[in-house]
Amino acid sequence: MYPSIHPSIHLSTLTSISSSPVIIYVHLAVQQLQTLCFLANFPLAKMAAQEVQPSETIAKLKSESEALKTKLEEERAKLHDVELHQVAEKVDPLGQFVMKTRRTLKGHGNKVLCMDWCKDKRRIVSSSQDGKVIVWDAFTTNKEHAVTMPCTWVMACAYAPSGCAVACGGLDNKCSVYPLSLDKNENLAAKKKSVAMHTNYLSACSFTNSDMQILTSSGDGTCALWDVESGQLLQSFHGHAADVLCLDLAPSETGNTFVSGGCDKKANVWDMRSGQCIQSFETHESDINSVRYYPSGDAFASGSDDATCRLYDLRADREVAIYSKESIIFGASSVDFSLSGRLLFGGYNDYTINVWDVLKGTRVSILFGHENRVSTLRVSPDGTAFCSGSWDHTLRVRE
Amino acid sequence: MPVINVEDMTDLDKAKMEVTQLKTEVKLERAKVSKCCEEITEYIQSGADEDPLVKGIPEEKNPFKEKGGCVIC
Repeated sequence: MYPSIHPSIHLSTLTSISSSPVIIYVHLAVQQLQTLCFLANFPLAKMAAQEVQPSETIAKLKSESEALKTKLEEERAKLHDVELHQVAEKVDPLGQFVMKTRRTLKGHGNKVLCMDWCKDKRRIVSSSQDGKVIVWDAFTTNKEHAVTMPCTWVMACAYAPSGCAVACGGLDNKCSVYPLSLDKNENLAAKKKSVAMHTNYLSACSFTNSDMQILTSSGDGTCALWDVESGQLLQSFHGHAADVLCLDLAPSETGNTFVSGGCDKKANVWDMRSGQCIQSFETHESDINSVRYYPSGDAFASGSDDATCRLYDLRADREVAIYSKESIIFGASSVDFSLSGRLLFGGYNDYTINVWDVLKGTRVSILFGHENRVSTLRVSPDGTAFCSGSWDHTLRVRE
Repeated sequence: MPVINVEDMTDLDKAKMEVTQLKTEVKLERAKVSKCCEEITEYIQSGADEDPLVKGIPEEKNPFKEKGGCVIC
C-alpha cells in the first residue's frame, strides 16, 4: 500500500560513485518520507524500526568478520617460521644484467593498454586506447592484422592457444573473439563473435587450455568463464567487493584454478569448476593491477598501486616476499616471471621496468626507454625475451 | 549474463559474503613457510640453467638478434 522504501540501500548507493540518478533517487525518497509523515506517524515509526535492524545485523557481521580475520592471521602466523630471502641466503647472487631493446613496435595511435604473446613465440597481439587491436610479427616488426573495435580503451586482449584467433574488449563491456584470417584483405570485423557480456568494463581476458573457453574479469566485480562457440556463461565468480582488474590461469599441470586481483586490494584464488574462492590474500595497500602465477603453479606474484610487488605461496597461504624500494613510489602496473621463476619483471607507472631477484628480494636491474607509463608486460612463451607496452604508444621487445 | 553487479549489492550482502568466505578460509590446510620456500628455491635452481633471460643466449641462437646486412644473390 505504501511505497516500499529501504533507507539503508539509499545510504549504501550514496557512498559509492555518486551520479545524478542516485541524487534523484534520494530526492524521491525524501519526498516519499515527507508524504508519509503527513499521512500518519505510525507507518513512519514502523519504517524507523525496520531501518535499525539491517544496520544492527551489518555491525554484527562486521565484528564476526574481524574476529575471523584475526583467527585466520593467527593460523597463518603459526607456520610462519622464516622469510624467503633467509632461505635463499645460500643461493649465489645474480650477476649484472644488460638487457637491450631488440625491437620497437610502432603503429598504435594512442596508449597501449594490453598485449599477449602467441604460442609460436614470435607473434604478439596488442590493444590500445585508440580502439585498435594489432597483431605483430615481433621478429620482423610487421603488422599482420589490424582490427578497429567499436569502442575506445580496449583494455584487454589475448591470443588463442591455437594462434588462430584473438580476443579483446574494454569499455564495450564485452569480450569478442576475432578469428585471424590468412587472407590479409579480409575484413576481420565481419567474423567477429561476441562472447562475454558484463555490466561494466572488461579489464582482462584469457583463453583457457583451448580456443573453446574464455575467462574474463570486469569492473562489475565479477569474473566469468564462457563457452566461445555459444557465448554461454559456464561459471561466474563472485567475491571481490570492487572492480576486478586482472587475472591469470594456473599452469595447466596444476589443475583448474586461477587468481584474480582487484580494487578491493584482494587477490583471490578460485576453483574454476565450482566457482568457489579457495584462498584470499589482502596485504596490498592499494589496487592490485596485475597477478601472475609462478611457473610451478605453487605461488603467484602481484603488482599494485602501492608501488610494491609481492609473492604469495599458495601452500603456506601467505605472502612470502615483498619487492619494494623507498625510491620506487609509483604503482606497478604489470608483472611476469622469467622461465625458471628466478626473475620477476615489473612495469611501473614511472616509465621504468624493474627486474627483481625473486629469491633474494633485491632489484637486479632497472630498464629505461619508454616515454610514458608501462601498462603491460609479458615474457615470451619460451622465455627468450619479454615485451612491454606503454602509454607512449609503443611496444618494446627486450632480452 | 553475470548475475550481479557489485555496485548493486547492499552492504549487508557484501558483509554476509565476506563472513562466509572467511569461515571457509580459516579451515584451510597450510604448510610451513620454510618448507614452501625451500621448494621454491629448489624449483628455481633446477630451472635456472635453461632460463634464457638469466643465463643469456648466444647470438647464433638468438631469434631477436640484430638483422645482418648480407644479401644472398
